[in-house]
Amino acid sequence: MNADNLLTVDGMEVHFPLLRPHLWAAQRVLRAVDGISFTVRRGSTFGIVGESGSGKTTAALAVMRLVDITRGRVMLDADELSALQGEALRRARRRVQIIFQDPYASLNPRDRASDIVAEPMRLTGVGTEAERRERVRELFAQVGLRADQMPLFPHQFSGGQRQRIGIARALATRPELVVCDEPVSALDVAIQAQIVNLLRQLQAEYGLTYLFISHDLGVVQYLCDEIAVMYLGQIVERASRAALFGDPLHPYTWALLSSVPRVGRRRRSGFRRLQIEGDPPSPIDPPRGCRFSSRCPYAEQRCRDEEPPLRLAAQEHWVACHLVRGDGGVPHRPPEL
Amino acid sequence: MSEALLEVSRLQVEFDTFSGRVRVLDNLDFSLLRGETLCIVGESGCGKSMTALAIMGLVPSPTGHITGGNILFEGEDLVRATESRLRSLRGDRISMIFQEPMTSLNPVFTVGEQIAEAVRLHQNVGARAARARAAEMLRAVRIPEADKRIDEYPHQFSGGMRQRVMVAMALACEPNILIADEPTTALDVTVQAQIFDLLEELRERKSTSIILITHDMGAVAEMADRVIVMYAGRKVEEGPVEDILERPAHPYTEGLLACRPVLQLGAAGARAKLAEIPGVVPPLHMLGAGCSFAPRCPKAQQRCRLEAPPTVAVSDAHSSACWLRVAEKDAA
Repeated sequence: MNADNLLTVDGMEVHFPLLRPHLWAAQRVLRAVDGISFTVRRGSTFGIVGESGSGKTTAALAVMRLVDITRGRVMLDADELSALQGEALRRARRRVQIIFQDPYASLNPRDRASDIVAEPMRLTGVGTEAERRERVRELFAQVGLRADQMPLFPHQFSGGQRQRIGIARALATRPELVVCDEPVSALDVAIQAQIVNLLRQLQAEYGLTYLFISHDLGVVQYLCDEIAVMYLGQIVERASRAALFGDPLHPYTWALLSSVPRVGRRRRSGFRRLQIEGDPPSPIDPPRGCRFSSRCPYAEQRCRDEEPPLRLAAQEHWVACHLVRGDGGVPHRPPEL
Repeated sequence: MSEALLEVSRLQVEFDTFSGRVRVLDNLDFSLLRGETLCIVGESGCGKSMTALAIMGLVPSPTGHITGGNILFEGEDLVRATESRLRSLRGDRISMIFQEPMTSLNPVFTVGEQIAEAVRLHQNVGARAARARAAEMLRAVRIPEADKRIDEYPHQFSGGMRQRVMVAMALACEPNILIADEPTTALDVTVQAQIFDLLEELRERKSTSIILITHDMGAVAEMADRVIVMYAGRKVEEGPVEDILERPAHPYTEGLLACRPVLQLGAAGARAKLAEIPGVVPPLHMLGAGCSFAPRCPKAQQRCRLEAPPTVAVSDAHSSACWLRVAEKDAA
């Protein structure tokens, strides 16, 4: 194992058993995450993108041990995070923290801001009461809040300020890995930039490692060093930022990139995007073969029969598609994305 | 295409709140031409949705009041129209799609019944003809197996399909104006692309005028003919989409354009710090006498804080409410 890798996820599966319609019905499962593997280098940002239902948030929660992992391993350095229990898991939680999507739902409305930020330290037994108080003061300054705001309640803050409280709470135990689950998508446009800049500045100052979950490709390109694209619980493409946005290989990635409305691409000038029809199929009963084959405009018979493995197609570039040739060439690249 | 279908002039809407009466729309002027797409952009709390509700005659009562101005639709003033007249226009000549497709459909009726209801209310047709029209609309918005799904309930549809049902309902009577209030905010990008394509196709075929309310400059670039930028209840800039995107004439518009990381294909992308608009939209009862954007504006001067700027023409169809533009004009 490379010593530079902070997080290693190996063949992780998260399955949710479904309620049986009657006592003798066969047990069916929803395969929210179905065998994903990746590594995150220390100090870098690893992005996971996909549509709703792709399993990206479940993957993040599983890394945090907030949902049960069905199969596979999650390693933090040399510690097997996925095997820890009880007190050992509680101590390990100092090293991994999470920033949630909704700054309105993720802060207890009855707690003061300073108590919210101190909570992870209290729960994992960091420092004395006085030390924790000092640390909270320090954190408020780091995320751009004033010390006189410490005794206020969440409703007295704006959405962007609440997300700053959420960030301060995540940083309280000096974690190495911070999981960011759509941290800006619930915020107003102008506020998003403030939070994105703050996340980058904190990473530069404290050498944080981010696992960044988002559906916003613009933000992902701006923040992430490496990106995995998920579809129906699996990774269909994984590459460095330059490779993914410069030379995307998977038809689903093309469709995602082509769907993003952009300044500088006027419809009236005759642009027609690469269109995929309909919605993703159900993760309870995914299609046979390649899971994207039912919506892929280029699918062949082989795609419907045989599941493509995630394989190395170019330098630092993995893709799960039968159509990508051994040399990384693709037969159908759309002229314009 | 140059004929104005809707003309809003000096529109003013006020709300009674605990902090007194606040003005949520202040002296708003704009017109909508036949067959064009007009985008209204701004952050939350800028009055975008209130503009839509005022046109629809749906300003929440009794707290909200239209306290001035006119909304002329084909020569008829909607501000002075009776409730029954508005009812006959809503859903027939002017329709609206809301942001949340989950909460704007009635869960206890089938989607077919809900679309047919709109048709029966406004057109003198029987149940059978209304149902046929509903099926036709579902096919038009590309719901697969429309004839079967017409008898299903909203919970059996995905988010994207529900929004398509909303579009079908809004367009069932072939309105002259379609108002779409952040229609894709709750949807995935691939589904958003499908909805935009659908709106564009309908605009082309029926020359429906569309008012698209959004905060996404990418969506503006793709959909708009003309753009209105709003801030704290006022129009701060208006112009053709090319001018707004390439030559913005108001610091707020510049800020909105710069603060989003733009997807760049091919290039590795240098990652300079994102431009920020500092602070937040002020509460409306705390607006001072000057330009309402002045406290957040990087270019604000003394005059901006004291006196509200007038709207001045930058070029033919392009106008901006900013003292900088006034100064340029005086200098020229």
